[in-house]
Amino acid sequence: MNAIKIMGLTKEYAGRRVVDRLELTVPAGELFALLGVNGAGKSTTIKMLSCLTVPTEGDAELMGHSVRRDSHQAKEILAVSPQETAIAPNLTVLENLELMAGIYGHPKGRPEEILAQLGLGQWTKARAKTLSGGWQRRLSIAMALVSQPEVLFLDEPTLGLDVLARRELWTVIRGLKGHTTIVLTTHYLEEAESLADRVGVMNAGRLRAVGTAEELKAMAGRGSFEDAFVALAGGEAAS
Amino acid sequence: MRIKAFAMRNLKEMLRDPLTLFFGLGFPMALLGLMTLIQRNIPVHIFELDTLAPGIAFFGLTFMALFSGLLLAKDRTSAFLARLTASPMTASDFLLGYLLPMLPMAAGQTAICLGAAVALGLPLNWNLLAAAASLIPSALLFIALGLLCGTLFNDKQVGGMCGALLTNATAFLAGIWFDLSLIGGPFGTVAYLLPFAHGVDGAKAALAGNWSALPGHLLWVCAWAAAIMALAVLLFRRRLVER
Repeated sequence: MNAIKIMGLTKEYAGRRVVDRLELTVPAGELFALLGVNGAGKSTTIKMLSCLTVPTEGDAELMGHSVRRDSHQAKEILAVSPQETAIAPNLTVLENLELMAGIYGHPKGRPEEILAQLGLGQWTKARAKTLSGGWQRRLSIAMALVSQPEVLFLDEPTLGLDVLARRELWTVIRGLKGHTTIVLTTHYLEEAESLADRVGVMNAGRLRAVGTAEELKAMAGRGSFEDAFVALAGGEAAS
Repeated sequence: MRIKAFAMRNLKEMLRDPLTLFFGLGFPMALLGLMTLIQRNIPVHIFELDTLAPGIAFFGLTFMALFSGLLLAKDRTSAFLARLTASPMTASDFLLGYLLPMLPMAAGQTAICLGAAVALGLPLNWNLLAAAASLIPSALLFIALGLLCGTLFNDKQVGGMCGALLTNATAFLAGIWFDLSLIGGPFGTVAYLLPFAHGVDGAKAALAGNWSALPGHLLWVCAWAAAIMALAVLLFRRRLVER
């Protein structure tokens, strides 16, 4: 079953096309990584899929719910962890999770379980604003998980984290594979290669290539994933 | 459920901010005490408690605009509101979630301010309760102004608009520190076209038991509050989802 079906999804700002007729399907349970240089259209795509921006043309379905016509139902089953850390600073870690549980209608549902899963148990009663950037980032992701979403969008989840924190977060994300459909955007190629079942490479608003890391390397005729990405993302001439 | 969860979050965010507590609850009380002290040491009657207390209670409500505006602007300019916008929350859930926790804050602030006036010598009677009730439309007016500013501006701009401009404009245009009828002219006309002077006059009328004057003032404030709230809702809905 396809969890995400994207059909000609397009976004224009003041006549400038930033996402151009995107076509893609993501099977349920897959972790799909969206790669691209700055301005490629990754974040705008995530915004359209998470009902934060109305597409100019085209549509997308999340578990059969259209993001245009049926956005309220789509929002019931999706969660997003935005690029910037998105937490309530004066609430404690536990209160942040309880807030999200309440908003999604799961009062006192699984906050403690999620806290343990992300190693946040020691900070339960700490105000969110007192946490370090890395822990705030984990909390931000925990807030996306507490509603047990069927489709999860992670927009550059490890941006600004140190190597150890990033690796720990990878373990958490791997743990979600199989039962949650995840779309992840990242600038870290090793992250996409390590975590993703399939990778899509975007450039100038268009999806240039889709496949496993191995398939993309073969497609580009390159031995390393980074070289394959550079070739597919249109940077070959510059390199 | 969603509104309750979000409203509780907003209440906690405000109550856990020491500046909110100082300006919201302590500052009007301090102002009242200071003005009463000045009155006791000057020969003319400017700051009498029966006119000063309703004015200061009204002035204190301007901080509701600052608090609601700052909270919304901070959420909007951080990614927090984007996260919630991707949740099943509707525009009504958001606005009620911001508005509802402000009401007990406003009620608490008014109670503290009028309570302090009683401690300073204002008679404790039913008119005092009526004066407090007459400030409800004014509280809604300032909350609506805050939500409007929070929808349109970032937190620094809201700080300037609601923290400096609105408080000063209110102080002058509401006739808190002086009798507007002494000035009259275009200033008086403008002041009475705006809702602030009516908010103060309504509370003064209630405290004095001048019931016939009350409905006119309250209706004027209610009309402004409704218009500004409607505008805030309209603009917030438009801004909630990028088009």
